[in-house]
Amino acid sequence: MTTTEATWTTESVRVAGQALPFLKGGSGDPLLVLHHDIGSPAGLPFYDLLARNFTVYLPSHPGYEGSERPDWLRNVRDVAVMYQSLLAERGLTGVSLLGLGFGGWIAAEMATMAPTAFRRLVLVGAMGIQPAAGEILDQALVSYIDYVRAGFEDAGTFERIWGAEPPVSQLEQWDLNREMTFRIAWKPYMYNPTLPNLLGGVRAPALVVWGRRDRIVPLECGERYAKALPKARLAVVDGAGHFVEMEQPDAVGKLVTEFAASS
Amino acid sequence: MHLMYFTEQPMSAYPADAGRDFGATALMFSNKHFDPVAGSRLYNQYIEHYKLAEEVGFDGIMLNEHHNAPFCMQAKCNVFASILAAITERVKIVLLGNPLPLADNPVRLAEELAMIDMVSKGRLVSGFVRGGGQEQLATGVNPAFNRERFEEAHELIVRAWTQPGPFRWEGTHYQHRVVNPWAVPLQKPHPRVWIPGVLSKETIIWAAKQRYPYIALSTAIPATKKIWELYDSVAAEAGYTGGPENRGYLQRCHVAETEEKALANARQFMWMQGEFTGLAHPVWSSPSGYFSPSNRRAFVEFAVGRRGNPRAASLEDQLRDQQIIAGTPKTVLPKFRRLLEETRPSILGLWAADGFVSNEDTKTCIRLIGQEVLPAVREMGKELGLLSPFEADAPVSIKYADRAGRVAEPAVAAAG
Repeated sequence: MTTTEATWTTESVRVAGQALPFLKGGSGDPLLVLHHDIGSPAGLPFYDLLARNFTVYLPSHPGYEGSERPDWLRNVRDVAVMYQSLLAERGLTGVSLLGLGFGGWIAAEMATMAPTAFRRLVLVGAMGIQPAAGEILDQALVSYIDYVRAGFEDAGTFERIWGAEPPVSQLEQWDLNREMTFRIAWKPYMYNPTLPNLLGGVRAPALVVWGRRDRIVPLECGERYAKALPKARLAVVDGAGHFVEMEQPDAVGKLVTEFAASS
Repeated sequence: MHLMYFTEQPMSAYPADAGRDFGATALMFSNKHFDPVAGSRLYNQYIEHYKLAEEVGFDGIMLNEHHNAPFCMQAKCNVFASILAAITERVKIVLLGNPLPLADNPVRLAEELAMIDMVSKGRLVSGFVRGGGQEQLATGVNPAFNRERFEEAHELIVRAWTQPGPFRWEGTHYQHRVVNPWAVPLQKPHPRVWIPGVLSKETIIWAAKQRYPYIALSTAIPATKKIWELYDSVAAEAGYTGGPENRGYLQRCHVAETEEKALANARQFMWMQGEFTGLAHPVWSSPSGYFSPSNRRAFVEFAVGRRGNPRAASLEDQLRDQQIIAGTPKTVLPKFRRLLEETRPSILGLWAADGFVSNEDTKTCIRLIGQEVLPAVREMGKELGLLSPFEADAPVSIKYADRAGRVAEPAVAAAG
């Protein structure tokens, strides 16, 4: 693949009384990309790959990455509703959803709320479902750096993105993001017990992508997503942990593009 | 002055190597190391110490609680407060305090505290705390709403104490169809509320706005003075003058027959500060959302190991700064004078021993303090005009003060 970078613009809509900033780039069918609990590193190659085939909308979750904190926000479904409003504000239809980790949970909630509204659903290492055997790694018990490092099979990728010793400004942002995650997903931690029951109503074809060595959300959760969603298949990516799109951007980009092109 | 006895109720009866190997023992150090036979012995020893403290002349017994932590085996201060209510006669029972955010039902706390106040015949001082960072994790309570829960639970408890029920409570974090506890405090308008703390400016400001005494927990003298500057400035804005009756201090103080023995036992105060146990885990002690946003930078650096624990000073430094006092009754008195002269508290907690200090040495310490230190400190307090809230007849809170700062009529209607 070539590495031509897309042009990204920063835009903002008002949703639920809040400014909701997002990046927009690329051309093609609309694709809403929802970022991880740790935020969204700027300039990921994966985003540029997506922008070749889609008009990508990449919002910062309310209260994350420096966006205004809605003090009233209490759960992940609230965030999902805010994104439905964002799409309505922009008059977007035929949207596909791509959720990364924590963003995958938000995307899954959005799909259950509007079973016929979305063209495609892609969940990558998504939180939201309780594993039967293991546990979703609890960031409350590990440091900012250890948590993010746990999401990589290869430590080198972490260091390429943030450096071996991330600067204090990054730690502070991780702390703000973490605080916001606690505000909306503290208990039960990182899953919604009613979600598996509701996923059966989703009509959109779904692709569930998982890193073979995901130490944050067990692969078993991917299997459960693929089973609960009526039109879903699971693709397991080698050489990746939780942050699959950071470790294997080409592989995930190809999976998404082919899935979007399939009828 | 109001002079209180305090112990953290250390649980030191476990394999020392296991604790050292694990490191920060608060929260995750396995309770497979908790020996209930030793636990039973220690709880009963602590009860004996409390009885002795009353006998030798302390005015109050200060209690606290922590969870999942060897440095404090008291997991519910209301349990010991209940025991003391029945087995003591004179001392105030000073809870510093109930960690409000950890409560899912503050009305239950209001009931328990009212019961303790009645059983003790009006000897309860009901302090409130936020709970440590680890406590939020130990009890599954959201650290991001810690302060909101603290303030809402406080408001609900004071209303449950002062406003006749039944009434309904529809708050942000607490909802109650019917608040109507059939237990109300004996003391009117309600038991005194004192607020202990060590780091957060927000807590000092909040206490000063309520006109609740603030109890500085073993801070160094210059830091303590800064606390009172802040408290007094908030007090002035709120329309009253801060003074000794608003100021408390917890002093670690081990007294023995000889200097050598006192110093050796004082080293045990370091027991909970990392030499053996209790070392604050950088992540668990400061979960996101729990600490003051103004200190975010310092806390995130601490959390990843780039900055030391802000509370960890060496024994030598703490002795020099008088955060720890050790000696014979004769040699500790000048240090108390300096503390009282420089910081002017009227409430003084004396934390007498920690860690592995023996039962006998602890009792000797309590006796020596009672017989030789307390009378002299009381005289200093008189000379310096350090009147406790009881002696000054200070209002229990700003709500119950008239314009001259005196105690207003304890009318139920004023609770509004």
